[in-house]
Amino acid sequence: MTNDTVRDLSQHPLAQRLGMPRIPVLRRHEPGQALLDGPALVSEGPLAPVVRAVLTSHGAAEAGPEGHLAAIVVDASGARTLDDLASAQQILTPAVRRLGRSGRLIVLGPDSAATVGTAAAVTEIAVAQALEGLIRSAAKEVRGGATANLIAVAPGAEAALASPLAFLLSARSAFVSGQVVRVRAQTGPLTGPSPRIAVVTGAARGIGAAIATVLAREGATVIAVDVPAAGEALAALANRVGGTALQLDITAPDAADRLVEHVGARHGRLDVLVHNAGITRDRLLANMDDTRWAPVVAVNLAAQLTITEQVMAADLLSDTGRVVAISSTTGIAGNRGQTNYAATKAGVIGMVRALAPVLDDRGATANAIAPGFIETEMTARMPTATREGARRINSLRQGGLPVDVAEAVAWLGQADAAGVTGQVLRVCGQSMVGA
Amino acid sequence: MTEPRRAAVIGGNRIPFARAGGVYAQASNQDMLTATIDGLAARFGLAGQRIGEVAGGAVLKHSRDRDLTRESVLGSVLAPETPAYDVGQACGTGLENVILVANKIALGQVESGIAGGSDTTSDAPIGLNDDLRRVLLDLNGARDLRGRLGALRGLRPGQVVPDMPRNAEPRTGRSMGEHAAITAELWGIGRQEQDELAVASHHNLATAYERGFFDDLITPYRGLTRDQNLRPDTTVAAMARLRPVFGGPNGTMTAGNSTPLSDGASAVLLASDAWAAERNLPVLAHVVDAEVAAVDFVSGRDGLLTAPVFAVPRLLARNGLTLADIDLVEIHEAFASVVLVTLRAWADDEFARNRLGLPGPLGQIDPERLNVAGSSLATGHPFAATGARIVATLAKLLHEQGGRFGLISICAAEGQGLTMLLKGA
Repeated sequence: MTNDTVRDLSQHPLAQRLGMPRIPVLRRHEPGQALLDGPALVSEGPLAPVVRAVLTSHGAAEAGPEGHLAAIVVDASGARTLDDLASAQQILTPAVRRLGRSGRLIVLGPDSAATVGTAAAVTEIAVAQALEGLIRSAAKEVRGGATANLIAVAPGAEAALASPLAFLLSARSAFVSGQVVRVRAQTGPLTGPSPRIAVVTGAARGIGAAIATVLAREGATVIAVDVPAAGEALAALANRVGGTALQLDITAPDAADRLVEHVGARHGRLDVLVHNAGITRDRLLANMDDTRWAPVVAVNLAAQLTITEQVMAADLLSDTGRVVAISSTTGIAGNRGQTNYAATKAGVIGMVRALAPVLDDRGATANAIAPGFIETEMTARMPTATREGARRINSLRQGGLPVDVAEAVAWLGQADAAGVTGQVLRVCGQSMVGA
Repeated sequence: MTEPRRAAVIGGNRIPFARAGGVYAQASNQDMLTATIDGLAARFGLAGQRIGEVAGGAVLKHSRDRDLTRESVLGSVLAPETPAYDVGQACGTGLENVILVANKIALGQVESGIAGGSDTTSDAPIGLNDDLRRVLLDLNGARDLRGRLGALRGLRPGQVVPDMPRNAEPRTGRSMGEHAAITAELWGIGRQEQDELAVASHHNLATAYERGFFDDLITPYRGLTRDQNLRPDTTVAAMARLRPVFGGPNGTMTAGNSTPLSDGASAVLLASDAWAAERNLPVLAHVVDAEVAAVDFVSGRDGLLTAPVFAVPRLLARNGLTLADIDLVEIHEAFASVVLVTLRAWADDEFARNRLGLPGPLGQIDPERLNVAGSSLATGHPFAATGARIVATLAKLLHEQGGRFGLISICAAEGQGLTMLLKGA
């Protein structure tokens, strides 16, 4: 899908002699790939045993005092004071110089939200927030496709930490950088029945097809949903991933009923519900009319709300149920000509935040993914200069791939991602848009 | 051997039917049948699965399509261990395949099977001129140069004229339309009632599309998402403006109330109840029974397309049913007049006594129960694809209504007629 000529040219020695910056080729998931392609530096701290257990279970080695690092994991979860903050900096400074290509810088910080409301906690909250600024800047400094992210760990979240940590260390998070992932103690089990049953809307092509493919790669049985008119591509996708095709216009009045009936009859439960289907009908607000407003709201938001509601009403979501909704950086930052689209994509964020506490009771979670510039058929049709500009305004200086979004969705769809809920994960290479 | 059991209709798939020379002009039967099987596989998660058997076929077949269905299976996502065969019974091919697979399931010989068919009039086979073919066969059989030269001496300029497929009965030389026109006149079938039936077919099909009825029965193909022949807004007045194409200048049969030549393929998934239950697959209906009849059309005693008229009374009698027990009826609309003749014959007292051996008329069929989701006049009629289209459509309709009986009647060339009873599940 990607046709990034500038990136490809920048790999050439001549381009580098001419002073052209090399645009990194990101390390992405491949079958049988190791978690890291080198050793990891682990700082001491209360969560170090969890970090070491994750590394060990994936066959990753700890680094010695010298040499390239594939990953740095700094445990600042106990940081409460400005001195603690300085300690983190002192560990990071020499380490970051050793970070290799597509390296991973991960700081484990305290969850500031957990201590809000106590006067004594003001400094603690300031320190916790300071780590976010640190990591966001570090993400802009690391080179060669490396990423930097913060995991804010709530008390009691030790068991739930392994999942986000493994994801952010792995090549699956290639286009996730400068982000904060909050993890708290899970309210449901960390494992569930196999195979996981997943519904993906808008699955016929683009990001939806990538999501279905990655979910299937991770062992899920995928029910691929798309409008009947997209049925040919949908059937091919379903057959490719060993799933099934469900031709359904999700805006039809009986769509949610039909989906619930279908999943219930065929599988009896739903583990992963991916709201991916989305459309755009761009027009300036001054010229917006109902033919552009209504369909965007119907597909991008109303259908998500109705389907989620019906799935819950039918008690179909399992106790490792995961609702993953595709939002957009446009939903965070806004975009000229996209009041309708941005409204729905921001609405999706509100939806998962409101859903999360409701789903806590059954152990399920709800999260949103906000992709930035992703190379799709849609972006391939953009004017070259516009596309080129949009590609470069992130820390990795390139567009993401549909698979990058899919990896994030699949991770949040895992049973062991139980400690992450009500959040928006941006898959944008740390885009300047909506930062 | 197990006790006979009723085969379940799990579901179906077809590609939208295209008009001849239309969207599928470049598609072969194998292309279309493969796409149809793949769409069915996607619907029911059959990729990589071994199915008991696949029965398919095409009426217009290239010599290279000797094993059309098996080749289609090999090109599909089904496991290559899935056996397949071709059947030929003109427009009855598709329904005959359903009968065959259902019977094997009934006898426990297979647990699952796919039945269907494909046809293209766009990619129809054109034969070599028979004389030229003879020359080439002789040439191939010659042992030496002398023999080969001898064979080549048989070449004549006129042999470049190919052998085109004809829509004519070999024994009468009449086209199917001409046959139907004779029968229609005999039964006094009027122009307007034919046009009304055709309009109803279009409207019923359009309504079914609008309510999403075909969402799980059709998979788009080559950019076509609905039957190309469908005219949702057609009216009896518009139909009335068409000139007759069969039965002479005063004929009643037009391009509007006759099926167009068309391209397409269809398939249904049949299985034992146990096979379906193991996979949590739905059962739409069960195949109750089937009856095939043939008539002596060569002597002119019966109309070419009237064999179902004789098959249905036998089918109903064997199952202890009357027409009143049937909730939904699907009569293949080869021509509107065929449907009307069939209805008239069943309602005719004299015909019932003299020809059907019944004490009185078989009965009447309320138009509200006939071809309620449209039929061949609107969808088009790729010959071997019609049977599975109708079985899947009727099975789903019956499932929506609960456990009622449905009847299928399909006329075919060579004076044959295939009928089937389904019961909704």
